[in-house]
Amino acid sequence: MRVKSKKVDLAEGDLTPMIDMAFQLIAFFMVLINFAQTESNDRVKLPSSQLVKPPEAPLEFPIILHVAQDGEVFLGGDSFTAETLRVGLNNEIAVIKAEGKSVKDANVVIRAHKDTAAGDVQEVIRVAQEVNLENFALRVKEDRS
Amino acid sequence: MKIRNREEAQETQLNMTSMIDIVFLLLIFFVMTFKIVELEGDFSVRMPLAGNDSVAMDSTELPLKLRMRADERGRLTSISLNEIDLGDDFTQLRGNVISLIGTSTPVEGDDGPEIEIDTDYNLRYEYVIRAITAVSGYKDGNEVVKLIEKIKFAKPRR
Repeated sequence: MRVKSKKVDLAEGDLTPMIDMAFQLIAFFMVLINFAQTESNDRVKLPSSQLVKPPEAPLEFPIILHVAQDGEVFLGGDSFTAETLRVGLNNEIAVIKAEGKSVKDANVVIRAHKDTAAGDVQEVIRVAQEVNLENFALRVKEDRS
Repeated sequence: MKIRNREEAQETQLNMTSMIDIVFLLLIFFVMTFKIVELEGDFSVRMPLAGNDSVAMDSTELPLKLRMRADERGRLTSISLNEIDLGDDFTQLRGNVISLIGTSTPVEGDDGPEIEIDTDYNLRYEYVIRAITAVSGYKDGNEVVKLIEKIKFAKPRR
């Protein structure tokens, strides 16, 4: 008797639609990803306003100050209080001056938490004014409703 | 004639497993790093230190004074513009600003009216932004009508 050689049949589904979908998803996320374009801080939740629009051109020499709810100020990864902030600002100004620009060209971007005491923000502004900074930008979230 | 042992048509099949592994790794990477970016914008304020600003002294126009009072928990209790009490209504504040400066000629540059914001120390920053929003303009459809562009803060109250 002749024995028919049986082929082992692997049960294999059609993977094409799944791969299609997976590539579509990858393409979607790749297009939408942007690496740390916003300088955000976890402890800061910005207030919102209907009037602001995202700036067309990035600010010149931005000094970004994050003001947390308790008044703590973050500048470039270091934490300051309104009293000690002057040290941090002087470092930033030294960098700006090293590039041959004046202090007046710098823009201080203030990202303050929405429940921070307004006085704390004013103190931060006062300290910045004392080191001759004069351009401020109060950063808020765009409210589209 | 019957043909025996006809060769079976063989499909060439790639092994997909490794590709799918990589694809899923990539997918997981992008999903994890995905973050919806909230659009942000700035209120630009030019505030030199009051002492060495001679321009402000020359100006014949005194700034409008906006006083904001807070309760002990930082909530807004009252706003007053040039000593006129406006309750805690920002639309009324905007209305008053419009009636004071008029809307017929939108101001540009350094010659526009100025407003000085004087708030209680513990007032929440959010209310200050709402006040700045109210005095700096309003939305007419999709157009933004500008009112006051020069904003400054009074000395902080301790």
